[in-house]
Amino acid sequence: MGFKFKGFGGGGSFAHGVHPPERKNFSGDAAIEVVPPPGKVMLPLLQNVGAPSVEAVKPKTVVAVGEMVAKGSAFVSAPIHTPIAGKVMKTGMTTLANGRHVKAMPIKADGEQLTGQALWNDVFGGEWPRDDLDQYDGKQIVDAIQGAGIVGLGGAAFPTHVKYVPNDEKPIDTVLINGCECEPYLTADYRVMLEAPDPVITGTLLLGKVTGAREMIIGIEDNKPEAIEVLTRAAAGTGIRIAVLKTKYPQGSEKQLIVAATGREVPLGGLPLDVGVAVSNVGTVAAVARAVLRGKPLTHRVITVTGAGIRNPKNLLAPIGITMGELIDYCGGLTPDAARMVAGGPMMGFAFSDMNAPVTKGTSGITILTHDDLKREEETNCVRCGRCVDVCPMNLVPTKIALASRYKDAELAQQYNIMACFECGSCAYICPANLPLVQLIRTGKAVVIAAGKK
Amino acid sequence: MIHVAPSPHLSNTAQTTRRMMIDVLIGLAPVVGVAVYVFKMYAVIQLATCVVSCLAAEALFTRMRGNKMTLCDFSAAVTGVILALSLPGTAPWYVGVIAAFVAIGIAKAIFGGIGMNLFNPAMVGRAFVMIAFASALGASGYMDAGSAVDAITQATPLTAFKQGGITTPLSALFWGTTNGSLGETSAIACLIGGLYLCLRRTASWEIPTGVIAATVVLGGIGNLVCPGAQWTVLHHLLGGALLFGAFFIATDPVSSPLTPKGKFIFGAGTGAIIMLLRVFSGYPEGVMFAVLLMNAVTPLINRWTIPRPLGGK
Repeated sequence: MGFKFKGFGGGGSFAHGVHPPERKNFSGDAAIEVVPPPGKVMLPLLQNVGAPSVEAVKPKTVVAVGEMVAKGSAFVSAPIHTPIAGKVMKTGMTTLANGRHVKAMPIKADGEQLTGQALWNDVFGGEWPRDDLDQYDGKQIVDAIQGAGIVGLGGAAFPTHVKYVPNDEKPIDTVLINGCECEPYLTADYRVMLEAPDPVITGTLLLGKVTGAREMIIGIEDNKPEAIEVLTRAAAGTGIRIAVLKTKYPQGSEKQLIVAATGREVPLGGLPLDVGVAVSNVGTVAAVARAVLRGKPLTHRVITVTGAGIRNPKNLLAPIGITMGELIDYCGGLTPDAARMVAGGPMMGFAFSDMNAPVTKGTSGITILTHDDLKREEETNCVRCGRCVDVCPMNLVPTKIALASRYKDAELAQQYNIMACFECGSCAYICPANLPLVQLIRTGKAVVIAAGKK
Repeated sequence: MIHVAPSPHLSNTAQTTRRMMIDVLIGLAPVVGVAVYVFKMYAVIQLATCVVSCLAAEALFTRMRGNKMTLCDFSAAVTGVILALSLPGTAPWYVGVIAAFVAIGIAKAIFGGIGMNLFNPAMVGRAFVMIAFASALGASGYMDAGSAVDAITQATPLTAFKQGGITTPLSALFWGTTNGSLGETSAIACLIGGLYLCLRRTASWEIPTGVIAATVVLGGIGNLVCPGAQWTVLHHLLGGALLFGAFFIATDPVSSPLTPKGKFIFGAGTGAIIMLLRVFSGYPEGVMFAVLLMNAVTPLINRWTIPRPLGGK
């Protein structure tokens, strides 16, 4: 790679990790298409890490595109805005793709909608001037982010404004933008970087301004040379640096990305803030630019619908609250050998079976896997080969943690730092015995939490 | 049919327990080749006896325990081949059969089968017959075969040196034209098969590295203490079962530690005990005891070497 970044604190990679097949070819070349507005959206009231949002409008209210319909109920919470014009219906329940049963507000389309090219221009198109960003002060920017209901679009859905509130004790010196997209199959961030580099750059500059950071870095894996080129060109003269990182899973995980790009280690149980870094996804910063410069809330997001189990894989600009089924239909429907629908990528995504599950702010993609993709060997006993130890990006001993979890031994699990696991699935991917390591560790965490509460 | 299951939804299908065991068999192929070339029918018969007995024992004991049949994972076949290669070719057939049943029955099945055993099954089987049939497996077992084959009518290189002060040329140790247990004579065959296993990551390179490092350091000290010694570090490395043990026996994943650091400690400990036994004990060779002793320490090593998590202290 000609771009390999010089003068970085980090080495462009992290220790361990795995190399699952990338399979970005399904949707990598598909330009983002704008999904026509649906007849109805279902807006879950819990779309962020933290407190759920609460209704801000009464049923039967007529709302315009982008109007706030639910407000944040706490500091770590985010408001929700309607992506379509219509009439608010009575709040009901819905089941998210991750299996959570949450309150949701249905909105029935009515009136004039933002569609096609007009919607594209509103979200990503047009000019993104960066010459007069000084007109916005820090508070204005954070307020705009908070008001727009922006959460991390990489999948974690942590309210973005929380990360950028000025903090004198722990100043942020590096704004790190995550363009890794290390999950196999997914190409949403890649397409955003290719097709909308300007809002990404402008949003990064805004976050740099809020924090007063010395460094602004966009980290991209080296399997996306076009995105690296486009962003390098767009970033010329702005002080933003493009870090070319090794293609490896889970490079896009916050802690791994920070090590790769800055060489700093986030302390166990700590936050990026503890080492002076704030991390946001490329889609998130584009939304920040839109919120600050145009005063528009987060109502749409880019979603990859991909895999061998979907007829026409695509990247879509879709309204939040549309159902998974509508997006799948828009992509030609499932193929006969489709075997599993995953919200997100195949490594960390949630398998779902309900086509009515709504898209949320955290939905980065829908991956449809076939029987061939899934063929798993039978589970055998752990042979203690230690391959899970060799690949764990957190440097844990997954097999020990999983077996301690299986025997409900909270103490042993903690000795092996069970809580440091962020469930990336590298261990389960590599395990020759096909043990459900992530699942076991998940139940183990529940056991540890229960033991702590006693 | 739409399935729902927890993540990750992809797995590396190229790596399975069975594939690992097949890898070991591939890695053992050069060793088996040399064994058959040097010991002819003795090797063939011993290998066949041990493998068939191990498979039979595995079938019998898994059925007795009511476990799922595990013949297809090839782990019993691996135990059989390693066991056979660790015995003298001339050992009577019943020695191989008994060793195999002890290996699978006592060392593996009663702990719960594959993955659950504390000790290396093949070495437990061998340890039993070594004590029970001392004459067939002691130094004399290698000497009075009365065979027409030259190679096996002599003492093993280690015994010859220990009892007669006779130094075997390094080239013979390297190529394998000496007497000894079936698998231990040829250093080059062990190196080729062992490197294959390490490259495939079926064997962890840290273990043989640890064994060899400890041998070099302790052998080096030995040579410094008595500078005129005929039996040099290289003789220690190439002679006896050291390389066979380092690459094929100590690397048994089940009974060795989990972390890279633990694996190196395990290897170094094995190497150190081998040297200790070779130099100070009555036995000419110490690989089997060294591996078994370190197997016993493995759970402790695992506890000592919990890795520092990213960002942890």
